[in-house]
Amino acid sequence: MGLRRVTALTKKNVKMFTRQPAVLFLLLLFPIIVTATFGLAFGGMGEGGVTNFDVGLLNLDTATTDAQWAGNFEGNLTELDGITVLHYEANETGQAELLQGNLDAFIVIPEGFGDSCTSYWNSPFNGSSWTNTTVELYVDSGSMIASSAVPPLVQQIILTTMFGSEATTLDLPVDMGSPSMVEASTFSQWDFMAPGIFAFASIFMIMIVAQSLTMERDGGLLKRLGTTPLKSHEFMLSQVIAYMVIAVIQVLLVFTTSYAIGYRPATDVSGLAFAFAILLAFSLVNVGFGLIAATISKSAEIASGVSFIFIMPQMFLGTFMPLGGGAEIVGQFMPSNYVTNALTTIFLRGAPVSTLSIWIDLALVFAIGMVVLLVGIVLFRRYGTR
Amino acid sequence: MSSTITEHAIKIENLTKRFEEVTAVDRLSLEIGWGELFGLLGPNGAGKSTVINILSTLLEPSEGVAAVADHDVVFDADAVREMIGVCPQEPAFYEHLTGRENIELFGDLHDVPRDVLKERVENMLEKIGMVEDADRRAGQYSGGMIRRVSTVMALINDPRVALLDEPTVAMDPVSKRAVWDFIRELKSNGKAIILTTHYMEEAEELCDRVGIIDQGKLIALGTPTELMLQHNAENLEEVFIKLTGKQLREAV
Ligand SMILES: Nc1ncnc2c1ncn2[C@@H]1O[C@H](COP(=O)(O)OP(=O)(O)OP(=O)(O)O)[C@@H](O)[C@H]1O
Ligand SMILES: [Mg+2]
Repeated sequence: MGLRRVTALTKKNVKMFTRQPAVLFLLLLFPIIVTATFGLAFGGMGEGGVTNFDVGLLNLDTATTDAQWAGNFEGNLTELDGITVLHYEANETGQAELLQGNLDAFIVIPEGFGDSCTSYWNSPFNGSSWTNTTVELYVDSGSMIASSAVPPLVQQIILTTMFGSEATTLDLPVDMGSPSMVEASTFSQWDFMAPGIFAFASIFMIMIVAQSLTMERDGGLLKRLGTTPLKSHEFMLSQVIAYMVIAVIQVLLVFTTSYAIGYRPATDVSGLAFAFAILLAFSLVNVGFGLIAATISKSAEIASGVSFIFIMPQMFLGTFMPLGGGAEIVGQFMPSNYVTNALTTIFLRGAPVSTLSIWIDLALVFAIGMVVLLVGIVLFRRYGTR
Repeated sequence: MSSTITEHAIKIENLTKRFEEVTAVDRLSLEIGWGELFGLLGPNGAGKSTVINILSTLLEPSEGVAAVADHDVVFDADAVREMIGVCPQEPAFYEHLTGRENIELFGDLHDVPRDVLKERVENMLEKIGMVEDADRRAGQYSGGMIRRVSTVMALINDPRVALLDEPTVAMDPVSKRAVWDFIRELKSNGKAIILTTHYMEEAEELCDRVGIIDQGKLIALGTPTELMLQHNAENLEEVFIKLTGKQLREAV
């Protein structure tokens, strides 16, 4: 192993990156821009700020003797932190506001709501004597957070209204803890996206690897290097090292950027270290795919197009795009998916680094990275150098 | 010195290289000694670069053998690469590195001791008149400047066998002289040099022996004077015309 040759070529590669504005942009500026724009666009930033929900309320239970039940419900709802109650006189106006996105949710207290509550308390153990009513809840289907956070909140209000504020401490055989999703109301959309964005930011490395290798080949440089004592494993090693250096800088920049715009993942230093490790492992995958793209590309121009064969599926089926149905199954084959998954577990779910599943993810990404890299090296050495 | 141990610097025997349709080199045999400067002449497509590429371990022969200092270019390629300095016909270089960085990179690849490398780079840059431009990006160089740098890249390891494919093409007379001086110096140090060229005056002035090839076949071999006498010609160009009935160099 010629350490000096590897070092010289690694230095050469790093110089090539830093001296080409377009390459520097794609490797360093692009990840920063992606992080910053997505973060600012989708983040209700400000540390731990409680998301506020505008909830419309229509009370149809006015012509009753038990008006205090509906009143209680309204009171409990108004008292809740992060909920602004807006009163409506008609169903249509409330629905219209909801459709226009001016409300996060719209609640209709039905006629006979009070009677219904009273009928329960008259004979709590005789279900057949109750008069049933339904509180209608409409949520803004355009808001992921509202549709997941509001229903359990309303559920809780109904309970408190029926059983009083001690509802949860009431001595019942079946206990209902406060719904965990209530906590999720402090998350912004960015929190859900960030893990995917981190994985996404480094995917374009594939293109740079493919382009720079095809350029070296087209310029006759690979041949010229082939007349020197340089061994091909030394050449490959220098490539991998140079891109790992870039990957480290990429991860640092992306984390710093997201921190600067107010992102505070639910983790500690060990979690960050883990995230670093899995993103580096992911870079191995990208370098490998870059080598494969270079092998099958006849020129540097073609290489950028061919890279997208490897970039697109990983991007759409494994990062911040929501998946469903068939896409989810195909996504299982995308290394980026495991990166996103692990990052979600530590950053969003707040799981400790000792969690087994993230280590399985890391092992998978690393294993896939080594395999793709080796395949890439073998293919490139065999078919890509001339 | 070990260079005296092996009899031939370069030995080519019955060398044949076929591509799909053409036979680029056709049963070529040649022996080149240490301290010899050998010129390979021939028209476009004669097979000159193919011979150089086989000796540089980039191409494998279809038939026959080639060896550099008794090391087979196929089976002992690593040993050959330790010994050669190659200047390809198309100068390959990193355009985002400076001229100096390109040269130093090849010195590093050949493991030239650092202090020697530093001194040698300065020395050679000065000889080819590239000191002032050495720290500019090579991508901005003119064609002749690139060729000068490319030649230095090939010779930075002080190779025992230099394989130079048209090293002086597109160079102005001063640079050409500078490269010739390099080559003579190598020769006087007992190194072997193969040089391909289209310039007859270059071959006549520089080469100890020349081989003329046409369509992959060696059609004449000897010192320039021998060949001119033998064919009753004023210069090598005339020799070639007499041998093949065609012009050596296409009118430019
Ligand atoms: N990789 C290749 N594939 C197919 N044919 C090739 C290849 N390389 C060279 N040839 C053919 O081999 C023949 C000899 O080519 P070569 O480059 O050796 O000629 P040359 O003497 O160096 O010519 P020039 O003076 O133009 O440099 C040509 O007909 C060329 O087309
Ligand atoms: Mg040629």
